[in-house]
Amino acid sequence: MRLINLKPGRPLALFLLLIPFLAVLAAYGIASDIRRAENPKDKLLPAPAAIVETAQRLVTQPDRRSGKVLFWSDTLVSLQRLIIGVGIAALIGLVFGLLIGLLPYMRATFAGFVSVLSMVPPLAILPILFIVFGLGEVSKIALIVIGITPFLIRDLSQRVVEIPQEMMVKAQTLGASSLVIGLRVALPQVLPRLLQAVRLSLGPAWLFLIAAEAIASDAGMGYRIFLVRRYLAMDVILTYVVWITLLAFLMDYALKKLGERAFPWFGRDGL
Amino acid sequence: MSFVVAEDIHQSYGPRPILERVSITAEEGEFVSIVGASGCGKSTFLRLLLAQEVPTRGEIRVAGEPPAKEPGQARGVVFQRYSVFPHMTVRDNVVAATAFAANATGWLFGGAKRKARADADTVLARIGLAHVADQYPAALSGGMQQRLAIGQALSAKPRILLLDEPFGALDPGTRLSMHDFLMDMRAETGMTVFMVTHDLEEGFKLGDRVLVFDKPRWDPIEPEAYGATITYDFDARDGGIPFQNLTSPEGTNAAS
Repeated sequence: MRLINLKPGRPLALFLLLIPFLAVLAAYGIASDIRRAENPKDKLLPAPAAIVETAQRLVTQPDRRSGKVLFWSDTLVSLQRLIIGVGIAALIGLVFGLLIGLLPYMRATFAGFVSVLSMVPPLAILPILFIVFGLGEVSKIALIVIGITPFLIRDLSQRVVEIPQEMMVKAQTLGASSLVIGLRVALPQVLPRLLQAVRLSLGPAWLFLIAAEAIASDAGMGYRIFLVRRYLAMDVILTYVVWITLLAFLMDYALKKLGERAFPWFGRDGL
Repeated sequence: MSFVVAEDIHQSYGPRPILERVSITAEEGEFVSIVGASGCGKSTFLRLLLAQEVPTRGEIRVAGEPPAKEPGQARGVVFQRYSVFPHMTVRDNVVAATAFAANATGWLFGGAKRKARADADTVLARIGLAHVADQYPAALSGGMQQRLAIGQALSAKPRILLLDEPFGALDPGTRLSMHDFLMDMRAETGMTVFMVTHDLEEGFKLGDRVLVFDKPRWDPIEPEAYGATITYDFDARDGGIPFQNLTSPEGTNAAS
């Protein structure tokens, strides 16, 4: 049989799914063992048990100075920045995406500008953001917004343009004004696309968040990682990395499920 | 004056003529089938009737009103695909026919909403879709979707109904039952209908008249030099016998 026609059954598929994860853990464990055999105090690849221990300490022990558990307060601060940033970007992306997609005059005015804007490397203008907005929350949220909004606008306006012309004409023959077409035909049809686009932009959003926090901040997960780097605290860094990965994965999964729940008509064949 | 009047229509895309010297009139309640080979401008003519495009020369008037510049409520339309809104339930698709034109937001509230939903349910019962009122169009078969599209278009009470190969994507059995359905709807509403079809038999079966679009002039070196026009205007009533008549060289209907 051809390889392209060989499909794993369900239990085997589950096992195959786990293999790469287990392989990475095993490789780490072995490498760590080798290094610690030479030097028991090795800081570069701490033992898995040591990392678990550190993780337990991180999530339970309050900071001696502030009395807060830094792990959770860092999480809260970072998530807040991320969600506000992505939320603002999604809103701007949706509004401008609809306007540019629906109205030829808006398209003629802004489509070229947005495609040039999306080529500006956001990290290159981070210093400008720090100078203009200071080192507080605004500059970090602004970086996320600036980083992902052009992509969202371009993607959504393209999705609006892709709505079949037949549907637009049909709506007009039912007496819909431009506003009604925007609100009742285009908006509901691009909302599931917005969720998809936001899912895709979560990766860059995390990148910009960590970068901004690493450079100038006094709280947040990116700040913490870059702070403990000075002490070669690999156990802390790895705990945070795993936690961030888990959070990003859960957000992605939640958005996917939300899309399936809220838009049961989306992505099905037959039209 | 006739109900639908198209006078000396020319349509070109850039330097390329598509339609030339198309003139036709139709009476209220007539069913006009439009046939012709691919690329002979029959869909273009339908888009002109729909006012989705404006002709480069000539004008089309419906019910004596000034020529339309964009699609509106006077014209109902059913396309081969994408004629219903996938994000609305079957009932909401029919409600949309009243809601879209009702106010600035396109949403109905309170009593108006209840009435529109009740009216929609009457329409759905009539077109045999009452049992799927709460489902999304994607769950419907192709024939059911087209029935919904026709019901939705008629709910907006257009002056003329335009059909662009409405049954082109359906299997032969469904197509036959859709013919019966369309004839029933037409008998009930007395609607003026223009239907573009690839299927000659369908055109003659359903239409009172069959218009044939073709290119009367043909340049062998530059096939795109000339546009198409109406070359035949058959009387298709009584099985097409015995009232056939040819159009005059100018393309005007000799019978009218």
